Amino acid sequence: MVAIDGSAERHASTRPWTDVLHDWVVTVDHKKLGIMYVTSGIVFFVIAGLEAVAMRVQLAAANNDFLSPEVFNRLFTMHGTTMVFLVGMPIITGFANFVLPLMIGARDMAFPRLNAWGFWMFLFGGLILHFSYLGSMGLYGAGSAPDVGWFAYSPLAGKAFSRGNATDYWVLGILVSGFGSLSGAVNMIATAFTMRCKGMTLRRMPLLVWMTLVVSFLMLLVLPPLTAAQVMLLFDRFLGAHFFDTQSGGDAVLWQHFFWFFGHPEVYILVIPGFAYASEIIPVFSRKVIFGYAVMVAATVSIGFVATAVWAHHMFTVGMGKGLNIWFAAMTMVVGIPTGIKLFNWLATMYGGRIRFRTPMLFCTAFLAQFLIAGLTGIMLAAAPFNWQLSDSYFVVAHFHYVLIGGLLMTIFAAIYYWFPKMTGLMLSETLGRWHFWVFIVGFQISFATMHIQGLLGMPRRIYTYPADRGWEVWNFITSAGVAFQVAGVVFLVLAIIQAFRRPQPAGDDPWDAWTLEWSTSSPPPAYNFAEEPEVHSRRPLWDLKHPEDPDWKYE
Amino acid sequence: MSLIAGAAAAAEPGGQGVVQVPSMFAAASTPAGIIADYSVLVFGICAAIFVVVAGLIIVTVVRFRSRPGDDDREPPQVYGSNQVELAWTVVPVLIVILLSLVTARNILALQKDERPEGWLPVTAIGHQWWWEFHYPEQGITTANELHLPVGRPTFFDLESQDVIHSFWVPQLSGKTDLIPNRTNHLWVDPFEPGVYVGQCAEYCGTQHAQMLLRVVVHTPRGFESWLAHQRTEAVMSPGVAEGRRLFESTACVNCHTVRGTDADGRFGPDLTHLMSRATIGAGVASNDRAHLLEWVTDPDHFKPGVRMPAMKLGVKQVEQVVDYLLTLK
Amino acid sequence: MSEAVAVETQESRWTRGKVGTLCLIMSEASFFSIFIVAHLFYTGKSLNGPYPAEVLEWPWLATACLLSSSASVVFAVKFLEKGSVPLFTAFLFITALLGSIFLGFTAVEWYGLIFDQGLTIGTNLFGTTFYSLVGFHAAHVTIGVLIMTLMLVLSLGGHVRAEHSERVDMFSWYWHFVDIVWILVFTVVYAIPLWPLF
Repeated sequence: MVAIDGSAERHASTRPWTDVLHDWVVTVDHKKLGIMYVTSGIVFFVIAGLEAVAMRVQLAAANNDFLSPEVFNRLFTMHGTTMVFLVGMPIITGFANFVLPLMIGARDMAFPRLNAWGFWMFLFGGLILHFSYLGSMGLYGAGSAPDVGWFAYSPLAGKAFSRGNATDYWVLGILVSGFGSLSGAVNMIATAFTMRCKGMTLRRMPLLVWMTLVVSFLMLLVLPPLTAAQVMLLFDRFLGAHFFDTQSGGDAVLWQHFFWFFGHPEVYILVIPGFAYASEIIPVFSRKVIFGYAVMVAATVSIGFVATAVWAHHMFTVGMGKGLNIWFAAMTMVVGIPTGIKLFNWLATMYGGRIRFRTPMLFCTAFLAQFLIAGLTGIMLAAAPFNWQLSDSYFVVAHFHYVLIGGLLMTIFAAIYYWFPKMTGLMLSETLGRWHFWVFIVGFQISFATMHIQGLLGMPRRIYTYPADRGWEVWNFITSAGVAFQVAGVVFLVLAIIQAFRRPQPAGDDPWDAWTLEWSTSSPPPAYNFAEEPEVHSRRPLWDLKHPEDPDWKYE
Repeated sequence: MSLIAGAAAAAEPGGQGVVQVPSMFAAASTPAGIIADYSVLVFGICAAIFVVVAGLIIVTVVRFRSRPGDDDREPPQVYGSNQVELAWTVVPVLIVILLSLVTARNILALQKDERPEGWLPVTAIGHQWWWEFHYPEQGITTANELHLPVGRPTFFDLESQDVIHSFWVPQLSGKTDLIPNRTNHLWVDPFEPGVYVGQCAEYCGTQHAQMLLRVVVHTPRGFESWLAHQRTEAVMSPGVAEGRRLFESTACVNCHTVRGTDADGRFGPDLTHLMSRATIGAGVASNDRAHLLEWVTDPDHFKPGVRMPAMKLGVKQVEQVVDYLLTLK
Repeated sequence: MSEAVAVETQESRWTRGKVGTLCLIMSEASFFSIFIVAHLFYTGKSLNGPYPAEVLEWPWLATACLLSSSASVVFAVKFLEKGSVPLFTAFLFITALLGSIFLGFTAVEWYGLIFDQGLTIGTNLFGTTFYSLVGFHAAHVTIGVLIMTLMLVLSLGGHVRAEHSERVDMFSWYWHFVDIVWILVFTVVYAIPLWPLF
């Protein structure tokens, strides 16, 4: 299965750059859109990362005055909002976009033009949000980004307490980019259900496709409530409505219920694709089939269901009744069961294997250990009385950074090293990959392991400074020191990408000796993906081809 | 734990005292103690799980890494095992059931929706960015520093004048939010006299970071004498008449109350016994002449964005007002 | 390649259009749920009037129009499947007309509420939730009418044939969804305050 025609992209170096740019701007090709999504996500990652660096400089010492409170409050709002909506969402959409059609032997996504529309909506939303740095007429003078936190609680986000337009930029930026995510979800579902190649029943789909389906259904269910709540906030701010206006009998907690009904499943939307990358990468580098495919599917689906029933564990301190507190505590602990099962299944895949610790596998292994910690601190936070101390403290910040960096970002790094060769036809340097991994991991543990301690010692979150006599200074300094390593780690990644283009190492079709359909195409694949529609008989079509004496379909 | 618990210094009741590290494990009150014990159990279970699973990860990584001598043969492909899946489902289910039951029991022990008979009622009202405290039994209003007795539990009504805040003094109890248009509850039962610190724990705007809490716990007799003093009206000291006149004729009275005078503003902290407090600006600076002069001249200096405006008084006038304030013991 | 193992084909009655439309409807249902929840939550909580029972009237005619339009659109689809384009066009026109009449009733109702009763979105909690929920529903009806207008233009221009019937069917699913939302709105907004049994 090789590209038939010498596609025009092969001779890209001789085409005028305006032609190339035009190709990318008008493209509806899922592969190009996928690359655009991931690249934009990485750019926003650097921006949000710099915002974090600035905050950590401010917090490295007590009573510091590196940043004013106004600037600090904008930075933590923009950092959280950007990381969730403009880094996490596009990167997972980008990888799904690139990989899913190839994995199911399809020509493209079900709705290519909708796909392109979704990308530009996401980008436009991100630009709207960041324009607020320059253009909004905030309380503090010309140009101010939103400063209400990434979850914009009412009444703080209402007109009375958030004057100017900073909060409106927050609402509009997310609203617009949210339409992009929603259209992506519709596309993924339609593609996976209607465009699988011959022989690929639902039970033969790669786990990445299953997990993308769960994520997409979650998006359909929980993104609209966020949109609805944000529209309500806009009505409050512009039309004098009273949805969250406590002066007129409105309820501040109603915003929290609506927001977290979206917000909790959102974090599963973000992390389940990470599980998907691990589920594809770990088997390949352990040289073993995934252990318990059906259980992995069932566990992911049940995580999806349970995730929609636990939102108020973000609200244990608002004074809900005992029954509700007990329910949400118990259900939140329940979600740890299928999650733990998946972790054991990955381990069981590695167990008895012959593990090759190339860069993607290094990141996946670190993911296992760090996600374990994240899940356990999550259990601690689910324990409502413990939560009454830990909520809104740095313990929570440490927990969710273990989830999102230790869990999601690790697997995103793995996915980059794994699929970059397929996307570009070039290998990323294994040496630079190792430097990236080790330097980043060290910095990550320094910063975020110690951060749990600050929470246990009573330090709340979202504070621009703290008194010197509470015993927090030394821990904050250590956390801030770890930042340098993480920045260096990311620099190594950027260097690796640049190096791949300057000193190309051709990847070939299948550099990792993998088993899913994308590895049967050239690297990069031709525009049409497959010259002939593939026909599969098992979950690992390339294993069957490479091991005709012992094919998978005998055992499934 | 001792590193985390920090030095526990007993403070002069009503005095400055040494501030302790506000660790949730240095419990100084019944609810904090219940939570600390419960949390140790939860942490212990999680730590045990971590040791087992992390150990498995390490063993797997070390034992099954590919070695240079390995040929290219693939290892045996194991597709799954229902017994194994069952085993590692049943154990987590049992742990979750156990934890849920213990959690439910602790929630029921800690949450109180009504004030039990005989407990001291206190109303805490959150403002951007200071705390107002009422003692309805005694008819007093104070700000920012909370005084409580040992031996009689206190039951709080928590309210807010503007946005959502959260009352958190880790050594005394878990936190509960102060939400406008709603009354929440909290209770504490301190073990011994001392000074305990905390702060607002729900982002409430620009100066959320400096909405600090200072709780002074007295012996029962010390608390009675504090109450008695707070009940008195403001000291009318003759030497500061000019300062008092300035205070009462400029905008100060629009926001501040000084009981016994015409000043009855409710927007800012009650200043009747300002000098009985150790700090000003909700903990942002210690309460002395130098800081008061800076504060009255320009509060933004300590707390950028604070609601109190710079009153644009001349230097001499500021000194007179501050000298008056210094008499409000 | 394949020996003993039979190859399963992927022929399915699920086309991408059907799956896509269903997904859209699911997301819209989720969107409306939040406004319905807000309306239910704030029932009886307005601090001042006007109150629903004082100013609302049963929207019988509007409801009759909208529900019959669901019937007429079914006919439109059936006729197009059979290839009877003129009858398809006629019934589509009837559907669009009924939808527009519904919007007319809404406009009249709102005019009365705003100018005679003094109820706006900012008057009280009832105003806030009423105008938002009914307004978004009306917006969805409007979008449906616009789509139908487009289809009518195309049909009158001779561009619509039987093979397009699935697309019209997908539109009819959307239109039925809008109807079902109206039934919920009718119950939650009108029946609860106006029906003595509640």
